[in-house]
Amino acid sequence: MSQVTYAKALNTALRDALTEDPDVLVLGEDVGALGGVFRITDGLTRDFGEDRCVDTPLAEAGIAGFAVGLAMQGFRPVVEMQFDAFGYPAFEQVVSHIAKMRNRTRGALPMPITIRIPYAGGIGGVEHHCDSSEGYYVHTPGLHVVTPATPADAYSLLRESIASDDPVVFMEPKSRYYTKAEVELPTRTEPIGQAAVRREGSDVTLVTYGPQVAAALKAAEVAAAEEDWDVEVVDLRSLVPFDDATVEASVRKTGRAVVLAEAQGFAGMGAEIAARVQERCFHSLAAPVLRVAGLDIPYPPPKLEHTHLPGIDRVLDTIARLQWDDEPDLTHTPQEVSA
Amino acid sequence: MSDISGLLPCPEPVQLLSADGAAVEPSQQATERGYTMPEPEALLAVWRGMVVGRRFDAQATALTKQGRLAVYPSSRGQDACQVAPVLALAEQDWLFPTYRDSMALVTHGIDPVEVLTLLRGDWHCGYDPKATRTAPQCTPLATQAVHAAGAAHGLTRRGSDGVALCLVGDGATSEGDFHEGLNFAAVFNAPAVFLVQNNKYAISVPLAKQTKAPALAYKGVGYGVRSEQVDGNDPAAMLAVMREAYAHARAGHGPVLVEAHTYRMEAHTNADDATRYRTADEVDEWTGQDPIVRLQAYLVQEGHLDDDRIQEVREEADALAADLRARMNAEPPVEPLELFDHVYARPTPQLLEQREMVRTELDSHVTQQEMESAR
Repeated sequence: MSQVTYAKALNTALRDALTEDPDVLVLGEDVGALGGVFRITDGLTRDFGEDRCVDTPLAEAGIAGFAVGLAMQGFRPVVEMQFDAFGYPAFEQVVSHIAKMRNRTRGALPMPITIRIPYAGGIGGVEHHCDSSEGYYVHTPGLHVVTPATPADAYSLLRESIASDDPVVFMEPKSRYYTKAEVELPTRTEPIGQAAVRREGSDVTLVTYGPQVAAALKAAEVAAAEEDWDVEVVDLRSLVPFDDATVEASVRKTGRAVVLAEAQGFAGMGAEIAARVQERCFHSLAAPVLRVAGLDIPYPPPKLEHTHLPGIDRVLDTIARLQWDDEPDLTHTPQEVSA
Repeated sequence: MSDISGLLPCPEPVQLLSADGAAVEPSQQATERGYTMPEPEALLAVWRGMVVGRRFDAQATALTKQGRLAVYPSSRGQDACQVAPVLALAEQDWLFPTYRDSMALVTHGIDPVEVLTLLRGDWHCGYDPKATRTAPQCTPLATQAVHAAGAAHGLTRRGSDGVALCLVGDGATSEGDFHEGLNFAAVFNAPAVFLVQNNKYAISVPLAKQTKAPALAYKGVGYGVRSEQVDGNDPAAMLAVMREAYAHARAGHGPVLVEAHTYRMEAHTNADDATRYRTADEVDEWTGQDPIVRLQAYLVQEGHLDDDRIQEVREEADALAADLRARMNAEPPVEPLELFDHVYARPTPQLLEQREMVRTELDSHVTQQEMESAR
C-alpha cells in the first residue's frame, strides 16, 4: 500500500484505460504537454502520443460535440471541462445530444462519453472556478452523474465511467485533488450507483457527497466528542443512479436525517435527497429531514467563501435542530379532534 | 504564411447551366478548380432524384394538411441542393442532415416513412443511423456541425477514406457551433464538407439581418477552410462542386465549406405565413430559377432525355407518393413502455420503478376496457 492522491488516482485510471482500450481518447484544453491545469492528464500525451491525449481548440461546445461524432464512430472519448463554469458553453451538446442521442436513435447511437468536470469551491478560486453545477446534470435524463470523494473511488469510478455505454458526467471536487489515502492501484470499489457508509452511527444519518464528505466526517467526530450524537455518514458517490436502498436503510436505523450538499440549496440535489428520504422513511423519522447547503447566491469571491460553504458548525447546528427533546404531539389526531 | 488563394471562393457563384438550361462557360477560377459539366448519366440521376424528391416533398406537405404530420419543413426549390450532394456521396460517407433535409434522406435511399417518423410523432428518428450512415435529422441549429467534424475525424482514425457531409442553413451560420465545427474540422484536418443551403431566410429573418459577410462562403477562409460558392439552383454546378469538395476532403486536404445560393419556395413550415415577411414578386422571380426545369431543359436539348423517360419518372414519383400516402394513413403502433427502453444502456432503479408504474397503469387500463366490452 502507498499514499496516493486523488489526482494521481485519476491520472492512473486514465492511463490504465488508455492502455487497455485503443478506442479510449482523452480530449480537452491543455490536457497535452501541460497535463491539464490540475495535472490530471500529466504525462499522458508523452506516453500515449498526442493522438490519444489530444489538446483541442478552446471551445467547450466544440469539444463535447466533437466527442459525439467520435462516439458515433465507436470511440470512447473522455473529455475534460477545465472548470465547472467553463463547462456551460457545452451545455447544449450535453443535454440535447450526449444525453439524448441513444434514446433518439433507439439505442443505435450510444454515447459512451465521460465528461470530467472539476467542480465546487473551497480552493480560494475566483468567480467561474468554483460552481457546484451538478444540479444541471442530475436534472437531465440520459446522463449518469458520479462524484467520488476518495482516491480509491476516484480510480474505480473513473474506470467504470469510461467503460460504461452510458454518458457519465464525472464530477471531481477540486478541493479533494491533493488529499491522500492508502490505496494500491489498480483498485475497484463498487460499481456506479452504490453509496458507501463512511461512518456508522445510530442517532442521525448525514447524507452527503463529493466535496462535503470530509466535512461530514469531521462534523461526525465533533458531534460524538462534544454532543454525544452518534452520526452515520453516507457518501452517495453516485447521484444518478441514486442509491435509495443504502440511504433508506440508514435513515430507518437512525430515525433522523440531515442532507449536506455544497451547492446552493434551492431546487437542488439536496432537495431531491430530502424529498426521497421523507417519501420512503416517513414513519421512521422522528424529525423533519433538514438540509445544509450553500447559500442561494452566486459563488462568492474567495475572501467570503467561508461564509457560503456549509462547514462543520452549520452541520452541527442543523443536527441540533432535529427536535431531540420533543415529545410526540398527538393533539391533532382524529380521536382528539372528535373528543 | 499560407497562400489563401486556395481557400477563397470564386467571386461569383459557380454556374454551369443558365436559368433556361443552356450550358454556360464556367469562370476561369471555376475551371481551375475542375468544375466541368458532369457526364449525362450523372445528370440524369440528379434529374430523376429531383423529380421523385419534389413529389415526396409535395406529398409530405399534403400529409401535414391532412393532420398526418405534426409539421413539415419543405425544401421545394432547394431540390438541387438536396439531391446532387447526396448522390455524389460514396458508400463509406456519413450524412448529417437537418429537419429541412427530408428530400436528401429519401434521395439517400432511406424509406420515406422512416424519414417522416420524426414528424409523424411516433419516435424521434425512424431510421437506423448506423445502417444508413446518416445521423438523426438535427433540430437544434448547427449543433451537428461539430458532430460531423468529430465523425469525419473518427472515420480517418479508423483508416476509412469516408467523408462527413454536414447540411446547414443560412441562419445556422450565426450559431457558435457552426464556427466551432469549421474550426475543429480544420485543426484536425478532418474530411468534413459543410454545405450551407442559403435559402435567404431563417424562418422570417432575411440574410441581411443575419450577416454582413460578402457571402457566407467567406466564413471558411478565417478558419483555413477551403471555401466555395455555387448557384444552388443549378444541379450541374451543384454536382460538380460537391464532387470536387469530397475529392479534396477524401484526399486528406481537409474540410471544405460550400455555400449554395438557393431559395425556399414554401414557408418555413406549414405553420408559418411567409406573406408576412416576403413579397410574391420575390417568390415569382425564383420560380424562374427552378432547378428541375433547368436541368430537364438541358438534358432534353442535348438529347439525353425524351418524353417517354419523363413520363416514366413521373409515374415512378407518383407511385412513391401513393405508397407513402397509403402507409402514412395507417395509424402507427406506439408502445408506451418503449419510452423507458433506450434512455440508458443501464437504466437507473428509479427509471425502472417508473416503468413498473406505467406498466401497472396500462394493465389496469386494459382490464377496464375488457370489463367494459364484456358488459
